[in-house]
Amino acid sequence: MSSFLSGWRLVLAFVVSLIVIPVAGLVLNWVDRFVSARVQWRKGPPFYQPFADILKLLLKQTVVPRGAARTVFLLAPLVGIAGMSLVAMLLIFSNSGLVVAQKTSFIGDIIVLLYLLALVPLSFIVGASASRNPVAAVGASREMTLYLGYELPFVLALLVPIVKVARAWDVASALRIGGLVAYQQQFGPFLYSISGVIAAVIVLFTIQAKLGFVPFDIPEAEQEIMSGVLVEYSGAPLAAFRITRAMMFVLLPLLLITLLWGGIRDWWAVLKFLLIVVLVVLMKNTNPRFKIDQALVFFWFILAPLGIIAVVLAFIGL
Amino acid sequence: MKDLRLWGLKKSPWVYHVAAASCNNCDIEILELLTPRYDVERFGVVLVGSPRHADALLVTGVINRKSLPRVLEVYEQTPKPCLVIAIGTCACNCHIFRNSYNAVGPYDKHIPVHAYIPGCPPKPEAMIMGVVKALSKL
Repeated sequence: MSSFLSGWRLVLAFVVSLIVIPVAGLVLNWVDRFVSARVQWRKGPPFYQPFADILKLLLKQTVVPRGAARTVFLLAPLVGIAGMSLVAMLLIFSNSGLVVAQKTSFIGDIIVLLYLLALVPLSFIVGASASRNPVAAVGASREMTLYLGYELPFVLALLVPIVKVARAWDVASALRIGGLVAYQQQFGPFLYSISGVIAAVIVLFTIQAKLGFVPFDIPEAEQEIMSGVLVEYSGAPLAAFRITRAMMFVLLPLLLITLLWGGIRDWWAVLKFLLIVVLVVLMKNTNPRFKIDQALVFFWFILAPLGIIAVVLAFIGL
Repeated sequence: MKDLRLWGLKKSPWVYHVAAASCNNCDIEILELLTPRYDVERFGVVLVGSPRHADALLVTGVINRKSLPRVLEVYEQTPKPCLVIAIGTCACNCHIFRNSYNAVGPYDKHIPVHAYIPGCPPKPEAMIMGVVKALSKL
């Protein structure tokens, strides 16, 4: 790691994870709103809308509710942003198309990635619980349930590429993102196999749930619990949460491309990326919201068995 | 700095709908304002679920002894700067309930109001115009 984070690479890592990814995320946020507007047959906001939102929130008063755990309440949004920045570093620098992969990824970084991704729901849960609001507490409990729901099929889906590489090469390179990308460069993307397709579908649903988009926006359902986990947040911390979500919106499709669809190597990756984003947005616009128990049943009893089937298929080599 | 703040506020006014004892007519017109037909998201207007996220409060209905403390509380919960927009004749001047035992006067007696949009109910076009005028006065 020490050789990785040195000199210009360090600067590049900071620029990418703290400036490029959030800005790209806000642009994607506009894409989301624009596509939603077109689906609903209207014009939609101008391209600078998310930036205006963030600017306004940053310059607005921040209210801390009476009786809230002040420090935790204000620090929780930063945990999410920090987690997403680290994911950005891991993901982008492990892709061999950009920087030399063999040096930058280390054994077990895919496990680190999994835990870093868990920081975002954690920040939502902690922040909501610190705000001393009953509605936020309901949102936090739903966020917890939803996290427990989607994490199981998500891990199973990530096992598919790992199993495939472990069968062909060895476990050490299977647990490295760089190893997974290198395998795909040699033998073609995992997506072009039965188990890969199943894994991609599962990851797609997980992206939807992790982003809090409509079939799974149960923790912040605006019509029933008034934006739930975020109900007490205002001003800069709210902006931080929105930036976290925006960064996730960039990083999760990138994760899908990296792990299952050949890695970020050429300009085709941009097209794949946009395809996934539009698919996610269309899914968001054409579905009603699940109840929390329905979501849990969907993830545990439909997607998880599918994931197990995918892992078994990967073991046989399909 | 002040210019940036104003620009942000003008370009993304998030509204929170405070229905304080109205007859529901203005509320339905507000909902119509937010439908694809009028598409106020063009101007960055989004309906938010919590007063903590709001930049503008759309208050409807004649204010009375029961609803006054609630409305004041919602106003205090909203982070400043925040606009208050009185929608409907009831909110502007109590309409036919002026002499009611229960009415405690129009909103501007209790909280600062930035725009009055009369009508029973006002048309969505009138509301858009009122909000535009309120924002350009900032």
